[in-house]
Amino acid sequence: MNALPPKHRTAYINARLLDPASGLDAPGALLAEDGRISDVGPRLFAEGVPEGIRTIDCAGACLAPGFVDMRVHIGEPGEEQKETMDSAGRAAAAGGVTSMVALPNTDPVIDDVAGVEYIARRAREEKRVKVYTYAAVTRGIEGRELTEFGLLGEYGAVAFTDGRTAIASARVMSRALSYAKTFGHLIVQHPEEPTLAGGAMNGGELATRLGLPGIPAVAEVMMVERDLRLVELTGGRYHVAHVSTAAAVEAIKRAKARGLDVTCDTAPHYLTLNEIAVGDYRTFAKVSPPLRSEDDRRAIVEGLKDGTIDAIASDHSPHDQESKRLPFAIAEPGIVGLETLLPLALQLHHSDSMPLLDLLACLTVKPAKILGLEGGRLAKGAAADLVIFDLNRAWRIDPDRFESKSKNSPFEGLPVQGRVRRTVVDGRTLFEAA
Amino acid sequence: MTSAQRATATGGYHHRHLLGIEGLTAPEILFLLDLSDSYVDVNRATDKKRDLLFGRTVINLFFENSTRTRTSFELAAKRLGADVINMSIAWSSIKKGETLIDTAMTLNAMHPDVLVVRHPDSGAVQLLSEKVNCAVINGGDGSHEHPTQALLDAMTIRRRLGRLEGLQVAICGDITHSRVARSNIHLLTTLGARVRLIAPPTLMPSKVERMGVETFHDMRKGLEGCDIVMMLRLQTERMQGSYVPSTREYYRFFGLDQDKLQAAKPNALIMHPGPMNRGVEIDSDLADDINRSVIREQVEMGVAVRMACLDTLNRNLMAERLAEGQAAQ
Repeated sequence: MNALPPKHRTAYINARLLDPASGLDAPGALLAEDGRISDVGPRLFAEGVPEGIRTIDCAGACLAPGFVDMRVHIGEPGEEQKETMDSAGRAAAAGGVTSMVALPNTDPVIDDVAGVEYIARRAREEKRVKVYTYAAVTRGIEGRELTEFGLLGEYGAVAFTDGRTAIASARVMSRALSYAKTFGHLIVQHPEEPTLAGGAMNGGELATRLGLPGIPAVAEVMMVERDLRLVELTGGRYHVAHVSTAAAVEAIKRAKARGLDVTCDTAPHYLTLNEIAVGDYRTFAKVSPPLRSEDDRRAIVEGLKDGTIDAIASDHSPHDQESKRLPFAIAEPGIVGLETLLPLALQLHHSDSMPLLDLLACLTVKPAKILGLEGGRLAKGAAADLVIFDLNRAWRIDPDRFESKSKNSPFEGLPVQGRVRRTVVDGRTLFEAA
Repeated sequence: MTSAQRATATGGYHHRHLLGIEGLTAPEILFLLDLSDSYVDVNRATDKKRDLLFGRTVINLFFENSTRTRTSFELAAKRLGADVINMSIAWSSIKKGETLIDTAMTLNAMHPDVLVVRHPDSGAVQLLSEKVNCAVINGGDGSHEHPTQALLDAMTIRRRLGRLEGLQVAICGDITHSRVARSNIHLLTTLGARVRLIAPPTLMPSKVERMGVETFHDMRKGLEGCDIVMMLRLQTERMQGSYVPSTREYYRFFGLDQDKLQAAKPNALIMHPGPMNRGVEIDSDLADDINRSVIREQVEMGVAVRMACLDTLNRNLMAERLAEGQAAQ
């Protein structure tokens, strides 16, 4: 018989190793062999790298597990003019994201096995970052009939959500939570009481001045509190997506203290912007849920620092000019976010003194754990999904340079700190900064 | 060149467009009011024609039904000698196809000098103004602003009472959806009047006090000591249950009648931007009371105000083009 083919081995040396899962923060090196981490630590290659191993000198940059982005609108199927599996994959790699989870509110909706398989096949074809997918909680995201949680889970759906639509009916939500228990699945809610959420921006002084219909902040906590009662009733697993208000953070904090199995995430724009960004009808600052008051923004920052908020997801929502160059009330909500995830999240470290490992945990091991994914750690035997980044490198956000097909970012021109240098998935370098 | 550096005509209003009252200074507003005054006599003369806008094209672009405002702008432009085109475009938020931006680009290619735009979405007129080379007047955008209405209201008050400063003005009705209310709040507070808003809480927008006004849910209390009572139109679709239970209940508590008017100053003036719902927001006899109601005068002042605005924006535009021509040489 033939001898085994030689192993592909790559050494990453002179790195600042950052692994939130083990609490490691030390200078050191990492060895990847055939797409997996075979060794990592401060003393590795202290005597130099043996011959035959490809060496990448990190020159003191941070080496962390690649980011796990639990909320991405990929655009496929149905809105390929805004984003495709290919462009989203390139954007993810440029942003240091090695695993992204696709939202199911596509056209057609991902609510059957064929849809889940379609996403998996497209991801295989494009061979970019790892792509996982949610499936819808209800057929067609219509809020009435449950989808096949069991079968969809077997085919790879990592959790269930109706995307940007709240599960409005308490009865449907209650059944979803309790039926999902059969398989241990997680239900992810868009937290807005829909009958109060018909407006265009946060309710308050600015909405009044601009003559835009407002969405009161209570619309969020009302839905969260209702759901928490249902979680208590059913014992289901529940996750609140993109939390934006102080009241919702407080409600989730209390629920966690009571021992409920509840998690939540937020997006970089809720950390860095408030409703003032809407200014003179800037549709790039229109998101759902809307940007809130400064008090709410502060509460989101505090919620991340004290651990109430588990994860930061980009909530990447690509939109073309035709969807955004419209009167504010009818423009599509959403911000393109994969490529600005790291620098915006790092503002918490640079400006709000959040410990770096705690912050990185929200981008890696915590979202991975919530969704039961294997990524998000620098451990022997784990996939070599890595990001190398400069912690302090200053630059300006320039949407024209995005890999994403869409440029709808309200952060254009913003000076930020921290830049991705290299993104590695299963040992393959998918992105390298010029 | 940025717009701030552009040369401007004589006068106190230096902007290319008139998109709203918010952000204007008191001298800018007073300049427009003074100029409007001079046009009142022109409109009352037998020969009303002037040639200040001779050779200019004014397009009235209305995405929302309007007879009064459109006619008022049309008359104003024609009396100044402009060529006027009226365009009415049915607009629904669901309707796809030609977008607002496409419409703007198409019209822009025809070289109009002034666009008067009314649109059912807040902010739409500003969006359109960013895409054209001509001057744009906001003829009302959604629930945001209706600047010429506020100017004509201010003119009507000033001509009757001689001033705005220190006056107590009550604005009553559907504040939430009213662009007239917002423009008036900005203008009146900028010129030193005190503004009270009177509405049921369902029609009072959140945090509106931050705009420098007092709010009341009891009409009699709100009207106490007021010099001016400005009534707003209640849209038909908001009458039946969604914001108020019924028209008769609305009229009983928020309609202006003799009884409630007693609370205001004895000679308080009654205003309404029209068209009126008689018996809903205002008693029919009061609306026609020539001693109290200045509603017809408002309509008259409307033409003068719009002439002043067209004249001013045209002068600014000509000065700008002249400066560009000189710079090119």
